[in-house]
Amino acid sequence: MTASVTAPTSGAPVVFYDAGDHHPPGSTMLGFWLYLMSDCLIFAVLFAVYAVLGRNYAAGPSGADLFDLPLVAVNTALLLFSSITYGFAMIAMQGKRKGQVLAWLAITGLFGLGFLCIELFEFHHLIHEGAGPQRSAFLSSFFTLVGTHGLHVTFGTIWLVTLMVQVSRLGLTTANRRRLMCLSMFWHFLDVVWIGVFTFVYLMGSM
Amino acid sequence: MAEHNHDNHGHGDHHDDHHDDGGFHVSFKGYMTGFVLSVILTAIPFWLVMAKVLPSPKITGFVILGFAAVQMVVHMIYFLHMNAKIEGGWSMLALLFTIALVVIMLAGSIWVMYHMNANMMPTPDPAAMRNMP
Repeated sequence: MTASVTAPTSGAPVVFYDAGDHHPPGSTMLGFWLYLMSDCLIFAVLFAVYAVLGRNYAAGPSGADLFDLPLVAVNTALLLFSSITYGFAMIAMQGKRKGQVLAWLAITGLFGLGFLCIELFEFHHLIHEGAGPQRSAFLSSFFTLVGTHGLHVTFGTIWLVTLMVQVSRLGLTTANRRRLMCLSMFWHFLDVVWIGVFTFVYLMGSM
Repeated sequence: MAEHNHDNHGHGDHHDDHHDDGGFHVSFKGYMTGFVLSVILTAIPFWLVMAKVLPSPKITGFVILGFAAVQMVVHMIYFLHMNAKIEGGWSMLALLFTIALVVIMLAGSIWVMYHMNANMMPTPDPAAMRNMP
């Protein structure tokens, strides 16, 4: 912040020689994208583990015995709807309509919570049936992969609530818009990972 | 001084309007296109598996993996606003690098471990499987 200001008393107009180019614009988005790519590698490793161990049932239950596909379909729909409602929040943000942004974020958060509730219900049901993560290599890798995704959604939801408080208090400032764009990438990225989960784990495991 | 700060802030806002949001011009039409496509691309795999449409699980598996790959591309384009131009192409470069790593990691793991499984000695007694890891 080394803007040069001519003394106002001299009567000359105030001139700023600082063009404001302190950092390359938009570097936050690239940095966040790189973080998402590293997150993508974490999920790739977990997918590889599931691909290797996913058929080692140790004489225990298989995916076809355990998975409830209609429930997974509901979960997938919830996450997909949360993606489009977040998109609507982004559109409202572009139009600088704060109330609409908050409303769409709230709806997105509710869809996210619904997803988490169903997933926790499913995990609870599996563990209750004796198909916990310690039962077989298949279940260990299943809980690790799906649980890591669920943990990401949990933190995304916390982030979303935090941003709702920020936006309602400070409005759609430059910083808040940047944060909303980062969360947008995070949220849609989780949906991309979920495509892999429901296809590779649930659908292919049920066949 | 307060005047100066205010002015500078306003300038920053203006500046960001033109550059920070540059890669992110979202439109209702884009989001709806992506949404409709993903609903279709999600519904078909669920239908294929739940109604057992195709003759063998192996064919179904390859088909739904194909649908998943297409849906991931749809999400990348319409929801993550991915293209070769944003950030001067660096985002796309990072994405391509990550995809290369993921493909090597996944294909390599599956390939190697499948061959190890195929070369394992058969278990003599199915009941002994219970005590295996």
